[in-house]
Amino acid sequence: MIIAICFYIFATILIGSAIMVVFSKNPVHSVLFLILAFFNAAGLFVLLGAEFVAMILVIVYVGAVAVMFLFVVMMLDINFTELRKGVQDYLPVGLLIGFILPVEMAVIAGGWSMTDGIASTITAATPPVNEVSNTAAIGSILYTDYIFLFQLAGLILLVAMIGAIVLTHRKRTGVKKQDIGKQVRRRRHEAFEAVDVKPGQGI
Amino acid sequence: MLEIGIEHYLTVAAMLFTLGVFGIFLNRKNVIIILLSVELILLAVNINLVAFSSYMGDMVGQIFTMLILTVAAAEASIGLAILVVYFRNRGSIAVEDIHLMKG
Repeated sequence: MIIAICFYIFATILIGSAIMVVFSKNPVHSVLFLILAFFNAAGLFVLLGAEFVAMILVIVYVGAVAVMFLFVVMMLDINFTELRKGVQDYLPVGLLIGFILPVEMAVIAGGWSMTDGIASTITAATPPVNEVSNTAAIGSILYTDYIFLFQLAGLILLVAMIGAIVLTHRKRTGVKKQDIGKQVRRRRHEAFEAVDVKPGQGI
Repeated sequence: MLEIGIEHYLTVAAMLFTLGVFGIFLNRKNVIIILLSVELILLAVNINLVAFSSYMGDMVGQIFTMLILTVAAAEASIGLAILVVYFRNRGSIAVEDIHLMKG
């Protein structure tokens, strides 16, 4: 009973905030509604018994990705009303796609059922919840059976980090920087000049 | 109705996915909203994976969910980096002019 109430609350707010992400006039509001959507999705994950993924969702998405979106939206000086001009033109094709896609998914779901022997294909069965916590269960297979997947994820993050730095890095002219090699290479005759000043004339 | 089964979660995920696709088509000019819609789509996929993982009693779905989270974070950072460079060059983020970048 309580699970059903929680599910419907989370699901309603999730869908509602997703609608607001798409239809909001101000992108800053869109990002804030996206944060709300992620919080409610994390609630759904907790209901499903996936606490670790729920907390990862809150930390990684709300803490990192959404804040990064907020930074970019607020730092770029964009005329947002200009960008919303064509919305009416795209509404019909959007509605068409938004109608076709659910119908197709409903057709697929209509003829869908679990195969009988599906339980024998489970590779890493969930241990009993009162014995092993969700985090411990994930850790015990993530660092053993799926270690290459884990390292692949790390590699993807490394490539993304290098890519972002390479893309946004630029050589700026007119910036005075310390060049230690140049300072060390400096010789006495480059920096020092003896001028023979005649008496009473000045330089 | 009060017994929450896997179908409920799949329905929510399907609605979220459709909203994401709809958002991409609706905001064709605004790259930021397109990126947010892609995040919504990936979230729908994550809900699917976690729902199946929970109802079938298999932990692998949650492992894949974390991989998708990683890929989504990488995709968002690269997308925003491209967006910043594009804005620096053109002074706008209208996607329609992006074909000028070719070559």
